[in-house]
Amino acid sequence: MNAEVGGMLPVLIPLAYLVAASLFILGLKNLSSPRTARKGNFMGAGGMLLAIATTLLHWEIVSFTWIIVGLVIGGVIGFVMARNVKMTDMPQMVALLNGFGGGASALVAGDEYLRFAMGGMDPTVVAQITIMLSVILGGLTFTGSLIAFGKLQGIVTEKAVTYPGSKVVSSLILMGAVGIGAYLVVLAEGNLQLYLTLNALALVLGVLFVIPIGGADMPVVIALLNSYSGLAGSMAGFVLNNNLLIISGALVGASGLILTKIMCDAMNRSLANVLFSAFGSHVAAVDAVDTYAGKTVTDISAEDAGILLTYASKVVFVPGYGMAVSQAQHQVRELAELLEGKGVEVKYAVHPVAGRMPGHMNVLLAEANVPYPQLVEMDEINPDLERTDVAVVIGANDVVNPAARHDTTSPIYGMPILDVDKAKTVIVMKRSMNPGFAGIQNELFFNDNTRMLFGDARKSLTDLIHAVKNGA
Amino acid sequence: MVEGLLISLYVFVLAVFVGVEVISKVPQMLHTPLMSGSNAISGIIIVGALVVAGKGGSTTGTVLAVVAVAFATINVVGGFMVTDRMLQMFRKRED
Repeated sequence: MNAEVGGMLPVLIPLAYLVAASLFILGLKNLSSPRTARKGNFMGAGGMLLAIATTLLHWEIVSFTWIIVGLVIGGVIGFVMARNVKMTDMPQMVALLNGFGGGASALVAGDEYLRFAMGGMDPTVVAQITIMLSVILGGLTFTGSLIAFGKLQGIVTEKAVTYPGSKVVSSLILMGAVGIGAYLVVLAEGNLQLYLTLNALALVLGVLFVIPIGGADMPVVIALLNSYSGLAGSMAGFVLNNNLLIISGALVGASGLILTKIMCDAMNRSLANVLFSAFGSHVAAVDAVDTYAGKTVTDISAEDAGILLTYASKVVFVPGYGMAVSQAQHQVRELAELLEGKGVEVKYAVHPVAGRMPGHMNVLLAEANVPYPQLVEMDEINPDLERTDVAVVIGANDVVNPAARHDTTSPIYGMPILDVDKAKTVIVMKRSMNPGFAGIQNELFFNDNTRMLFGDARKSLTDLIHAVKNGA
Repeated sequence: MVEGLLISLYVFVLAVFVGVEVISKVPQMLHTPLMSGSNAISGIIIVGALVVAGKGGSTTGTVLAVVAVAFATINVVGGFMVTDRMLQMFRKRED
């Protein structure tokens, strides 16, 4: 490299970073509509490529061997994961990605600290504080995400795991970590033992943080960890004095926080309640009964349900996690298209917390080729449900429980729900009468206008498709 | 030093505002691609990882840095690719 170009690099690199940061922002902006979203993702990827290419010109880089090793290993793993992951498993994938992001930030900060401890450099107080923050946030995000992954994948129990005094233990460890971090900064000289202890505490914290949270609350956890992975990156940006890292981390941090808030609002619970109340640890406290408040459930055969659907003029499908579990999205779409062929108006009502991550149901239905204008958000579809002939609930439970509207004693009271009970007829597809995540009975199942279609969702839908085909 | 920190802090706070503004406009339908896409963006830590991996230094340091590069690359490659896979499924109507 000639001297002149070399001399300009300290200006060129930050300028290229500015362009990259702008591309990230524009990319996110284009995500505001499904029409432009793909272009937005390309802009983000372009910004990333630019940032990486420019960084490789950095004057401090003396050897490329290890860089290439890291890039190849990571690239192959990332490629294989992205190519092969099933759409139903997207929450696990995102959980893992969160973890890797947090882990990378903690490692970068750790590497800086190592240099410092070995006397290779003398970081400012700010750099030291942000190193500690990167390590705590990054380490916690890493193990927390792995546990979230384990819960979603069924390796770790989906139930909320608690033990006596768990909150006290977690708080003590958090205080210990913050204390050690503060002490290390005050100490102002490297201390590897204490630093490693801090790392270990952060990793333990991540486990303790996610273990007491039940499976259906995973959307909140994943969104929050998403935010943490961004913030850990931002902190690393402060350490390295790199504005691109600070900006990108702040964008991701904001995104995760917004999603966390949306999820909490959609359950009418505070973030503290989601994180610490071990909600759902008492699942099956209610027995699987078929009478409730003097009413009994009425079931329906697939043939009768098929006739009901065929003669309806407006049908709304309400997908829930049960649809994802039985991989029934393709059957839903097939049934919907059959009905549309018979002149029935079909829509899909998607509750914000349906599934195991924000937007999970929409991705599954899009995968099954459901046109996105038919996917309707809760606030928009609710007024429509009164004018709906048949609402078909597929593996959703708490998000359609009318008790949330009127029963002040219910644990889900105040949670915004899809008002399917207002439709003329409700068909509920369900495996059994077992209660949902909140562990409470759903009065919808006992309503006079509700018909239960018991069985695996995919099997029931296949039967329905036959019934509609043969019926009319 | 204080001045440098203040500028960084300005950048951080303003970026949070931009983030909130831009991301509030993303519809619920696209929240999963938003998460995987923003995940890919948080892979920008790769920039830091590359510099520390290329600086040379102690063996431990190099090992940490290589793992950091690999982690961040998984984030970047996996994130952008899987987001694209999802986004190309969102169609108005099959023709």
